[in-house]
Amino acid sequence: MRTDPEAVQHADDHRPPRQPDDSPPDPWRMGEPLRHRLLQWWARPVTRTALLALAVVAITAAYLLTDVPGSLSYALQVRTRTVAAVVVVAAAIGVSSVVFHTVTANRILTPSILGFDAVYALIATTAVFVFGSAALGADRLELWLAQVGLMVLASTALFSWLFGGRRRSLHLLLLVGIVLGVALRSLAEWMQRMMDPLDFEVLTDALFASITRPDTQLLWLSAALVATGCAALFPLRHVLDVLTLGPAAATGLGVDHRRTVLVLLAVVSVLVAASTALVGPVLFLGLLVANLSYAWSASARHAWTLPNAVLMGAGFLLGAQLVLERVLGYSGTLSVLVEFTGGLFFLYLVLRKAAR
Amino acid sequence: MIRLEGVTKRYGATAVVDDVDLDLGHRGVTALIGPNGAGKSTVFSLVGRLLSADGGRVLVEGRDVARTPSAELARCLAVLRQDNHLVARLTIRELVSFGRFPHSRGRTTAGDREHVEAALAHLDLSDLGGRYLDEVSGGQRQRAFIAMVLAQDTPYVLLDEPLNNLDLRHVKEIVALLRTMADDLGRRVVVVLHDVNVAAACADRVVAMREGRVLADGPTAQVITSEVLTQVYSTDVTVREVGGRLTASYFD
Repeated sequence: MRTDPEAVQHADDHRPPRQPDDSPPDPWRMGEPLRHRLLQWWARPVTRTALLALAVVAITAAYLLTDVPGSLSYALQVRTRTVAAVVVVAAAIGVSSVVFHTVTANRILTPSILGFDAVYALIATTAVFVFGSAALGADRLELWLAQVGLMVLASTALFSWLFGGRRRSLHLLLLVGIVLGVALRSLAEWMQRMMDPLDFEVLTDALFASITRPDTQLLWLSAALVATGCAALFPLRHVLDVLTLGPAAATGLGVDHRRTVLVLLAVVSVLVAASTALVGPVLFLGLLVANLSYAWSASARHAWTLPNAVLMGAGFLLGAQLVLERVLGYSGTLSVLVEFTGGLFFLYLVLRKAAR
Repeated sequence: MIRLEGVTKRYGATAVVDDVDLDLGHRGVTALIGPNGAGKSTVFSLVGRLLSADGGRVLVEGRDVARTPSAELARCLAVLRQDNHLVARLTIRELVSFGRFPHSRGRTTAGDREHVEAALAHLDLSDLGGRYLDEVSGGQRQRAFIAMVLAQDTPYVLLDEPLNNLDLRHVKEIVALLRTMADDLGRRVVVVLHDVNVAAACADRVVAMREGRVLADGPTAQVITSEVLTQVYSTDVTVREVGGRLTASYFD
C-alpha cells in the first residue's frame, strides 16, 4: 500500500508550528495557532447552528421591536402571532424538505412536486365555487380540517399505491405527482373561469401565502401537528443519515428501507399539509432552506441539517416579512418574495448541476 | 454458511436465477463468475436481501433472509454494491463510521471508534480520514467503501464487482485486500468478479454461472480450466499456467 503525499501534506498544514517552551510569546507567531483554533471552531457543526440561531433571534427582535406605530404591547401581541406562524411553517417546510430530499436521493425536488399546492388550490376553489366567497371567511376550521385531511389522504393513498405493490419507484411517484398536479390545477382553473369575479378575487388572495394574522385556533392545531411530526422524526435521525447512502447500502446496514421510506413520506405529507393549510403554498421555500442548510452545516448529519433548515426557514421568512412590511410598505405578498428568491435559486442550482 | 435452496428469480417470463442450490461463504475468498446476464449479480442481490426471491429460500447461518429482521442480518452479513452514488458530502471517516450502524444504531461508542480506526488503518486510509469522498481518487473511494463493510465486523462479506472502473494498480491493491480480509481477519468473502484472471489470482473457490444456473462450483483449480470456461462463456478459452498462476487467454 502507499500513502498519498498530497494527503499527508494536507493533514499537516493546519498544525501550528512548534515553539520552544521557554521563549516569550511572540505576537507574530501567535497568529498561526489562533488562526488554527478559529478554523477548528468554525468547522464545528455546533458553531454554525449557534451562529444561525443568533441571527434568527436578531431578526426576530428586529421584527418585534422596531417601527412600533402605537402601543408596544399591542404590536407585540399581533407580531408574536406572526412569529409563531413563521416558526410552525419553517419547521414543517424545512424538516419535510430535508427528509424528502434524503428519501428521494436528490436535492432539487421538494414535496410540492407531489401536487400539494394543487390539492390546496383545488379544495379552496371548490369551497368558493360551491359555497361562495363566504366559505373562506366564516368557518376556517372546517376548511383547514378538510384541507389537511384531504391532502394527507391523497398523498397516503398515492404512496401506498406506489409502494404497496411491486411497482415501487420514486421516479414513477414523482412523475405521477407532476401529472396529478397538472390535472388538479386545470380542474381548479376551470372552476375559477366560471366563478363570480368577486369570489375569484377573494380566492386569489387566499391562494397567495400570508403569514400575518393567522387564526389563533388553527395556529395551535398546526403547531401541535407539526410538533408531533418532528417528534416522530427525532428518533429516526440516525436512520435518515444511513438513508443518504442509498437504498442498497441502507438495506445492507440493516434498515428496512421500504417500511422506513413509507413512514417518512407519511410524516412529510402531514407536515406539508399542516403548513399549507395554515398559510398557503410556499413552493420554493423548501428547496431554498434545505439547500442553504446543506451549504451552511459543517456536517451532513441530519441532527444538524434538520435544525439548520428550520432556522434558515425562520430567518428567511421573518426577513422577507420585515422587508415586505418596512421597506415595501405591504405593497407585495410574501409568496411573490419567496417564489422570486426561491425560483432564482432553483435556476441557479439547475444551471450549476448542468455546468458540471 | 450462506445456503441457497431452489432459489428462483423471474423478470416476466424469463428466470434470471433458475432453481439454484448453492452453498456460499466457505473459508477464504469465493468468486462468482460468469458472462453478462448469467445471474451472478442477481444471486448477490438475493443474498443481500436487495431483491426477494420468487421461489426457494436463502439461509444465512440457518436463518431465512426473508424472515429475519434486517438489522440482525446486518450484524452477520455485510454487502457492498458496485454503484455507490452519494448525494451528501461525507468524509471518508464519516462513511466508514456508517459501518458501525448495525451495532450502535447511530450512538457511536468508543468501541465503535476503535473499529472504524482499525478499518481505516487496514485500508491505509488513516491519513485520509478527514478528506471528502468527492476529493479523493477512484481507488481511494473504493477502499473507503470496503473499509465501511470491514468496520461492520461481520463474518460474511459480499462484494459486487469491487474492481469495476479501477486501473490495474488499484485492482492489485484491492485483490491484496480481499486476501488480507480472508486470511488475517478471518472474514468469509464472496465476491462477484468480471475478470476470470482476477478470480484465478485471488479466490480459493470459484462458482461459475451461466443463464441463471450454476455450471461449476469448486476449488479454483477445478473451475478455472479450459473446458469449464469455454462452456461458461460460450467462446474458446485456453487456461495455461504462467509463472505459477492459472491464466486464461481468449484472443487466440
